Amino acid sequence: MIGIIDYGVGNIKAFSNIYEQLNLSFKIVKNIEDFFDVTKIILPGVGSFDHAMTSLQNSGMREKLDELVLEKKLPVIGICVGMQMLAKSSEEGNLKGLGWIDGTVKKFDKSKIKNGPLPHMGWNTLNIEKENGIFKNLEEEPRFYFLHSYYFECNNKEDVIATATYGKRFECMVNHENIYGIQCHPEKSHHNGIQLLKNFGEL
Amino acid sequence: MLTPRIIPCLLVHNKGLVKTVKFKDAKYVGDPINAVRIFNEKESDELMVLDIDATVENREPDYKMIENLASECRMPLCYGGGIKTVEQATRIFNLGVEKIAISSAAIENPQLVTNIAKEVGSQSVVVVIDVKKKMFGGYDVYTHNGTKKTKIDLEKFIIDLQTLGVGEIVINSIDNDGVMKGYDLNLIDKFKSIIDVPMTVLGGAGSLDDIKILIDKFGIIGCAAGSLFVFKGKYKAVLINYPKYSEKQLLFKNIKLGENNV
Repeated sequence: MIGIIDYGVGNIKAFSNIYEQLNLSFKIVKNIEDFFDVTKIILPGVGSFDHAMTSLQNSGMREKLDELVLEKKLPVIGICVGMQMLAKSSEEGNLKGLGWIDGTVKKFDKSKIKNGPLPHMGWNTLNIEKENGIFKNLEEEPRFYFLHSYYFECNNKEDVIATATYGKRFECMVNHENIYGIQCHPEKSHHNGIQLLKNFGEL
Repeated sequence: MLTPRIIPCLLVHNKGLVKTVKFKDAKYVGDPINAVRIFNEKESDELMVLDIDATVENREPDYKMIENLASECRMPLCYGGGIKTVEQATRIFNLGVEKIAISSAAIENPQLVTNIAKEVGSQSVVVVIDVKKKMFGGYDVYTHNGTKKTKIDLEKFIIDLQTLGVGEIVINSIDNDGVMKGYDLNLIDKFKSIIDVPMTVLGGAGSLDDIKILIDKFGIIGCAAGSLFVFKGKYKAVLINYPKYSEKQLLFKNIKLGENNV
């Protein structure tokens, strides 16, 4: 059972539509009682870092998530700001992140992006850096939708599984043990995104 | 590599989809949900839906319709029409819409841009600016489907919006709307250099060549079009269409490596 965390931040519907279409069992998790049959977790996120962290804290699900992810080792994927929340901190905000993966969130340096605006908005190619079950049956250079001005930077480079390029090569997919993070939006990336969400569901 | 976005823009009028010419003569072209399903199948880069009645009728956005569109839409969705408050914007965002477009409200109350950005993030705040050529050079900004001329200075407005935290600026040419003879390249040329956020242009595309001309000249830019993606042939038969990825690659082929940071 895939649990999509609904803490008031992120496009829950987009994920539930895709899992419905894939015929994979999922539920929307709004409080700790909903977790009882959950075996995998999707942590969406949009907007600002501090707003997302505060909303998660206020949802009352934070401690339960720590327990399920860090002790019970349930597979989890943080998406967009949900990925950034996995870090220890972000240049965008003052609050601490979840700290589940050793890294920090940085802002793109506008001066290094020639002719390119910020946010980084649109379809870009994912460079797969490391084999991983989550990439099963994806195209060789799959294209995904991005919409962000900040990016995750790992302290342990072995956690990096995919990168993309915008002004510089940045880490857009990370994995450490049971924990995954993806900066782009698989829920809005047509067939490649659906395949990736399917793979996560079948991990 | 990051590629320019090619975006169908759909207009909603009396709950149906329409296409206008110079913001007039709305012609019925179909059902919104059906159109979204077709663009899903065609894997369009994004979708922009503008309710052209809401502001004019001074009514709330049609939340039920927006929810239906958002839950059907498998690509990023931008909705505009009738949004005047942060609460309305947040509500629409929570229905599963990635980008919130405002137009007349941003002109009447520019601070709204900042306030919405605080709630949903700058990346999701879009301002659509409807412009029309002045008789003797320059451009006027209009609201209410091109019926109300404002006194806004376009250049200053564009600069101010970016200070206020806008995430994307859409410039819509009233003169070229529905004409299908190409974008107003002079208009874009005039303002592209002062726009540091993603810029999208709308109004005039009649063929994929028009989009190619835009990309060849300006590189990474949002290319939005209405008529091009709902009509086919010289008699303008209604047929929803969108280029395949292989066709899009041809449009992108003159983007030089390095120039757009690939």
